Amino acid sequence: MTLQVMWFALWGLLWALYFMLDGFTLGAGMLHNYIARDESQRQQVIRTFGPVWDGNEVWLITAGGATFAAFPTTYALMFSYLYAPLLILLFGLIVRGVSFEFRGLNRGLAWKRCWDRAILFSSLVVTLLFGVAFGNIFQGLPMDASGYHGSLLALLNPYGLLTGLLFIMLFLQHGALYLAVKTRGALQERARSTTRTLWPFMLAVAVAFLAFTAPATALYDNFKSVPSLWVVPLMAALELIAVRLLAGQGKWLRAFAASCAAIVLVVATGIVGLFPDLIPSSLDPAYSLSLSNSSSSPYTLGIMTVVVAIFVPIVIAYKIWIYRVFRGPVSDAAEEGIGGNY
Amino acid sequence: MDVVILSRLQFAITTLFHFMFVPLTLGLSILVAWMETRYVRTGDELYLRMTRFWGKLFLVNFALGIVTGITLEFQFGMNWAEYSRYVGDIFGAPLAIEATAAFFLESVFIGLWIFGWGKVSKKVHCFAMWMVVLGSNMSALWILLANGWMQNPVGYVLRNNRAEMVDFAALLTNPYGLIKFFHTIISSHLLAAFFVMGVSAWHLLRKSQPEFFRRSFRMAAPFALVAACLVMFSGDMQASVVARYQPTKFAALESTWETQRGAPMNLIVWPDAANERNAVQALPIPKMLSYLAHKNLNSEVKGLKEFPVDERPPVLPVFLSFRAMVGMGIFFVLAGIAAVIFSRRGRIDRQRWFLRLMFFAIPLPYLANQLGWIAAEVGRQPWIVYGLMKTSAGVSSNLAAGQVIGSLVGFTLLYGGLGVLDFYLLTKIAAKGPEKTGIKEQEA
Repeated sequence: MTLQVMWFALWGLLWALYFMLDGFTLGAGMLHNYIARDESQRQQVIRTFGPVWDGNEVWLITAGGATFAAFPTTYALMFSYLYAPLLILLFGLIVRGVSFEFRGLNRGLAWKRCWDRAILFSSLVVTLLFGVAFGNIFQGLPMDASGYHGSLLALLNPYGLLTGLLFIMLFLQHGALYLAVKTRGALQERARSTTRTLWPFMLAVAVAFLAFTAPATALYDNFKSVPSLWVVPLMAALELIAVRLLAGQGKWLRAFAASCAAIVLVVATGIVGLFPDLIPSSLDPAYSLSLSNSSSSPYTLGIMTVVVAIFVPIVIAYKIWIYRVFRGPVSDAAEEGIGGNY
Repeated sequence: MDVVILSRLQFAITTLFHFMFVPLTLGLSILVAWMETRYVRTGDELYLRMTRFWGKLFLVNFALGIVTGITLEFQFGMNWAEYSRYVGDIFGAPLAIEATAAFFLESVFIGLWIFGWGKVSKKVHCFAMWMVVLGSNMSALWILLANGWMQNPVGYVLRNNRAEMVDFAALLTNPYGLIKFFHTIISSHLLAAFFVMGVSAWHLLRKSQPEFFRRSFRMAAPFALVAACLVMFSGDMQASVVARYQPTKFAALESTWETQRGAPMNLIVWPDAANERNAVQALPIPKMLSYLAHKNLNSEVKGLKEFPVDERPPVLPVFLSFRAMVGMGIFFVLAGIAAVIFSRRGRIDRQRWFLRLMFFAIPLPYLANQLGWIAAEVGRQPWIVYGLMKTSAGVSSNLAAGQVIGSLVGFTLLYGGLGVLDFYLLTKIAAKGPEKTGIKEQEA
C-alpha cells in the first residue's frame, strides 16, 4: 500500500515536472511570432530552449512509461478512452518537434515562416489539449462496467476548456518569463512587458479555475477532510502573486523560479484532490481507477522503485550540468550550432 | 475492416516508419563519435569537417526518430488497451526503464552536442556524442527486451486476471530479447556504414572533395564488413532461438509443412498455404534445415501441419520477407569485403562500377531492416504474446472502426508528408556536401 501511495505521488510529480519544464518551451513557442520581430530574433528565441527542449520532453515519455508500468489499467483505459484528443496531441508534439529542426535547414524566408506558424499552432494545440485532458480527468470520465460513454465533443465542456485556458495562460506567462531571463536587448524588453500584460489575465483565469473547481469537481473533498492540505493551493496562489512582485522588482530569475513552483503546485493541487483516484468515474465511484484497483503488483513496483532511485538522481545531475553549461542569455551573434541554426 | 486489422495496420505503419530513422541513428552516431574522437586525438581539420557533415545528416534523421517514437508508447494504450491492461505489470517496466535510463541520456546530450560547439571543450563535446551512442543503443536494448517478452514470455505468473512479473532477472536474460537486440543493433550499424559509403560513392563519382569522401568511405568500409559478418552470425543464432521458442514462426520462415528429422533446406520454394504444401520446392541441401534449427544434422524440425490452423502465421509474407532479408545479408558480406579491399588499396576512385553499385545499395539495408521486422512480427501472429494471448484479444474494446480509420488516415498523411520532407532535406544536404573551408571553432 505504501508503495502504491509513493507511486501515486511520483506519477503526479512526473506530470508536474513535465509541465514545469516543457511549459516554458510551449509558452515560448506560442509567443515567439509575437515577441520576435525579425529572423535574427526568432532564431534567438528558438536558441533559448534549443539545447534543452528535447530532454525536457522525455519527462512526458517517462510519465507515460511510469503510468504503464505502475498503473497499467489506468494507462490502458486513459489512453484508449481519450483516443481522439491524444491523437491530436501526438500530432501536435510531432509537428512541434520537427518544426524546431526543419526550420533552420532551408534558407528561404517563406520556408521559415511556414515552420514558425507550425510552431505556434502545434504549441497552442498541445497546451490546450493537455489542459482539456486534465480538466476532464479532474471532473471524472463517464465510465462504468460497459466502458466509456464520452466523446471528443463532450470533453470540450466549460470546465475542460477553462482548464485548457488555464494551461495556456500559465505556460504563456512561464514562457515569457523564460525569454525575459534568456534574451537580451529589444527582445528581452518585449518579453518583460509581455509578462506584465499577461499577468492580470493569468490571475483572473487562475481564480476562475479555483472557484469553478468547487462545483465542477470533487477535488476539494480531500482538502475539506484534511484542512492542512489547503497549504498546497494556497502556496500555488502565493507563487502566482510572487511572480508579479518579483518581476516588478526586476528579479526575473526569481520570478521564473516562482512560476516553476506555481506550475508544480497547481498540478499538485489537482493530484492531491484526485487521491486516491488516478481517474475518477463521473458515473459511479465504484468504477473509478484508483491506486488500489489499477496498480501493478508489489514486486513490479519494488523493481521500478529501485530503478527510479538509481537513475532519476543521475538524470537530474546531468540535466543540471547541461543547464549550467547553457546558463545566461543567448547571444544574438550568428550562431555556433550545427543544425543550420536550428 | 474490423478494429483488429485496422489497429494492426496502424501499428505496422507507424512502427515501420519509426524504424526508417532508428537504425541510422543507432549506427551513424557511432561513426560520427568515432570521427570526432579522431579529430580530438589528431587535431586534423578534415575529421572535424567529417564530424560536422555526417553529424548534420545524423541530426535531420534523429529528429524524426524521436518524434515518431512517442507514437509507439501512446499506441499500446490507445489501440491495444486490453493487451496493456493484461501484461502491463511486466511489459510496462522495460518501457519505463527505457525512458529513465536511456532516452534521457540521448535526448539531453544531443542538445549539448548541437549547441555546445565552443561552449565546452573538444573532449567534452566528443563525450556528448558518445553519450548519445550509449543512450540510443541502450534504448534499443530495453525496447527489444520488451519485444522479446512478446515473442517468448518469461518471468511471469497469471494472477489477478493478468500476467504479473515475478522474475525481473528472467526478463533481463531472456535469450530471445538479447539475441534480437544483438541482431537489430548490428544491422542498424550496417545500415549506417552502407549509408556513409553510398553517399561518399556518389560524391567520388563526381570527383567532389575526393579526399573527404575517400576517407569517409575508408572509415565506414571495415565497419560495414564487421557488421555484415556479425549480422549473419547473430541471424543464425536468432534462427536457433526461434526454432526453439517459436516453432510455428520457424516453420513459416522456411515454409516447412511436414515434421521431419534431418530436414533439408530447399533453395527454391514457393508456398501454397491453401493446400498446406509448397507449390514449388527444389534444390535441397540435405539436413541443412535441421542444422540451422538446432545445430544438429539429425534433429527434428517441426512442420506447420503439426499446429492447428488458427495458430499458424500467414506463411507467404513471412517466408518471402525472410528469404529476401537473408539474400541481402549475403550481398552485404560480399560488398563489405570488396569495399575493404578496394579502399585499403587506395584506389577506390577507379572502381567506378563499384561506386555506382554502392550508391544504389543505400536502400538495401533499409529494406532488409524493414523485412526483418515483418518476418519477426507477422511471424508471431496470431499471437500478440506468443502462446499466451491472441492479437485479437489485445485490442481496445471501446474503439469503433471509424475512429481507427480516422487515425490511420491521419498518420498516413502526416507521416507521408514528413517522409517526403525528410527525404528532400537529407538528399539536399547529402548532395551539397561538406563545407569547403575549415570552420574556425571558438574554443571555450
